[in-house]
Amino acid sequence: MNEIQSSNCCENNHLSKLEQIESVIDLYKAKPSNLIQILHASQQIYGYLPLEIQEFIASKMKMAVSEISGVVSFYSFFSTKPRGEHTILVCMGTACYVRGGKKLVDELQKQLSIEIGDTTEDGKFTLEIARCIGACGLAPAMMIDKTVYKSVSPNKLKSILAKY
Amino acid sequence: MQLQNQCVAYIVKGDKEMVKLTINNKVIKASEDTTILQAAKDNGIIIPNLCYLEGVHEFGSCRICSVEVVGAKTLMVACMTKVKEGMVVHTNSAKVIKARKVLYELMLSDHSKACLSCNRNLTCELQKLGETLGVGENRFETTSCRNEIDKSISITRDLSKCILCRRCVTVCNEVQGVGILNAQNRGFDTTISPSMDLPIGDVKCAFCGQCTVVCPTGALKETDSTEKVWEAINNPNQRVVFQTAPAVRVALGEMFGYPVGTSVTGKMAAAIRALGVDDVFDTDWAADLTIMEEGMEFLHRVTDVLAGKKATLPMITSCSPGWIKYVESYYPEQIPNLSTCKSPHMMLGALAKSFYAEQKGLDAKKMFVVSVMPCTAKKFECTRSEMQNDGMKNVDAVITTRELGSMIKQAGIDFENLPDEKFDEPMGFSTGAADIFGLTGGVMEAALRTVYALLMGKNLPFENLHVTPIVGLSQIKEATIKLEGVLPQYKQFEGLEVKIAVTSGLAGAKLLMEQIKNGTSPYHFIEVMGCPGGCITGGGQPRSHDTKVKEKRMSILYAEDENKHLRQSHENPSIQKFYDLWGSPGCYKSHEYLHTYYVDRSGNNN
Ligand code: SF4
Ligand code: SF4
Ligand code: SF4
Ligand code: FES
Ligand code: FES
Repeated sequence: MNEIQSSNCCENNHLSKLEQIESVIDLYKAKPSNLIQILHASQQIYGYLPLEIQEFIASKMKMAVSEISGVVSFYSFFSTKPRGEHTILVCMGTACYVRGGKKLVDELQKQLSIEIGDTTEDGKFTLEIARCIGACGLAPAMMIDKTVYKSVSPNKLKSILAKY
Repeated sequence: MQLQNQCVAYIVKGDKEMVKLTINNKVIKASEDTTILQAAKDNGIIIPNLCYLEGVHEFGSCRICSVEVVGAKTLMVACMTKVKEGMVVHTNSAKVIKARKVLYELMLSDHSKACLSCNRNLTCELQKLGETLGVGENRFETTSCRNEIDKSISITRDLSKCILCRRCVTVCNEVQGVGILNAQNRGFDTTISPSMDLPIGDVKCAFCGQCTVVCPTGALKETDSTEKVWEAINNPNQRVVFQTAPAVRVALGEMFGYPVGTSVTGKMAAAIRALGVDDVFDTDWAADLTIMEEGMEFLHRVTDVLAGKKATLPMITSCSPGWIKYVESYYPEQIPNLSTCKSPHMMLGALAKSFYAEQKGLDAKKMFVVSVMPCTAKKFECTRSEMQNDGMKNVDAVITTRELGSMIKQAGIDFENLPDEKFDEPMGFSTGAADIFGLTGGVMEAALRTVYALLMGKNLPFENLHVTPIVGLSQIKEATIKLEGVLPQYKQFEGLEVKIAVTSGLAGAKLLMEQIKNGTSPYHFIEVMGCPGGCITGGGQPRSHDTKVKEKRMSILYAEDENKHLRQSHENPSIQKFYDLWGSPGCYKSHEYLHTYYVDRSGNNN
């Protein structure tokens, strides 16, 4: 769990990312009040925030790792697992839920062989759920990255995914 | 022993305005910096509260102490709201009572409620609150959404019993400065856990157990070891050896209704014998021994440094295993500063299975050594692979003071009516220097008494042998002792100003370690105890609501010291006799059995 895939070719890459994160921390003067911004930037640099990165940030900011992890796990926009190239966001808001959002999630889990919050083995998709994405009139809805798909039915999913 | 003058700086209060307010139609006066909770308490009005822990956790997270303040839009939390001139407060109006009950019921809705089989049955603050509030129904029946039990060698967490009061968070982060526990996730999924919800045994927890002392419920406790101790006692082929740490005797009584600050040494020895134990030894004996070994080690290090040879100073005491694990996890470069002495109970265990077994013609393999300790970290310590000799563990099980109390109750022993009994020889006799091992400053004072006497041929020049600058509860205490007129055989020490520092609690230790790391530490010798106040308020001690618990246990332990006829470890005839047969402090055999080494644990796990 939480291991960073660091085959030799990525080792240097990994180090340079740590350097970038360090300079972000310096930029924000390692102030705990800037933690959210620092975590944001770090997630952008590293892609996600596994324990190792949290520990790195904690040591640079002289904070407890459990405190960093508390913030990371509090906000849903931080992820501790690697993210896929594309994020699928299935709406489970009230309107979508009653019109079959759950079925979409079930079908996607089956097709992609992953659970909610996970990423496919090929690193292509990350599956997530949302509470109302503002398309209630054409429920059930889902998003892939910035594109919204409306009135989706489970049998349409294959062709939608094929576009990516 | 006078402790007052230590705190003068804190007692002197600025000129605070007095304000007049009304609580429950009673006009009262209070200083403007008091909370409603405190002002009410001072005037005989009790406001039910739960998460509040005076002087430690003042956070306002449970809202049980809600009161009505006339003019305020919502109910106010009494533990956080300061009094104001003209304030009108109702602590028991219908609205308040209803709100409190609902809050309590909501808390229960997410709680395991398995009181009868809970470790905190009858000592649980949540249970007690239920009785205080008179809640007779259980309207929001759901199951707890946190069900995990996380058992490490020292600490067990039962998330189904956590009420999210966050006392442990404050203690672990602010008092101890370790920061293992914090709120993770949010909403219903919130847990008080190590980072990424990892098991507590997989993170760099010091196992100090301070969180288990403040937890109001059964959510945090020591990991049970009584079961295997009972097994050993009930096994006719096993010879069970018990030993008790200095701090246990001044706290155990509290579990049997004695007031805080009562010493029950004699009854404790009797009770342990009544459990069916074969030998009842005293870790105090080994504390005297530790002083001989550690004092010698200190003199060697200083001699080497004075002679321009390589040796690491400051030397730091090593009898607190929570502290040791902390250094190994967070300051591995400072491991050479640690004294190599095993902690006293480990020394005793090692000698019980070698020296004592040999003398008595016992089969050491059939011995089972149990240490009764004020400490949860010692449970971990006794599993360390370094703590073995001749292929046997030095100590087979560690139980806390709380667990000993529970065993005595389970055995149906009438503690109060027991006659006072003595410890067994040859590891039962101790000097006053050993007693004070249980409090902050004690190990240092004991070491100084002996080292000074050895070098100077006379007693430490302090009244009553107490090194006053290092007595008391300040976070960091310092002293300088100038050696003038040393005996001719130790002339290399003439004129040396020995600088010492004492701290208790890991937050203070961190400050001293940073100094060493930065090369600015002026000290020769440092005493660190992992728990604030020292072992008297260790992680395995009975939980107390007395805000003066530290002071009370401390003065009774000083009294134990002062009441002894011999007060310096090197004067202990039993220790002298032991060395006659064994060798000398720091000899080859001592190194083998009484000293140890440490490991770098700064990598993620343990
Ligand atoms: S923690 Fe308290 S209320 Fe909860 S089960 Fe244990 S004794 Fe009962
Ligand atoms: S045992 Fe000590 S270090 Fe570990 S979580 Fe509790 S207070 Fe923190
Ligand atoms: S573990 Fe205990 S002290 Fe910590 S938040 Fe839960 S109930 Fe409070
Ligand atoms: S509920 Fe799905 S878009 Fe609003
Ligand atoms: S006791 Fe005041 S909020 Fe918990």
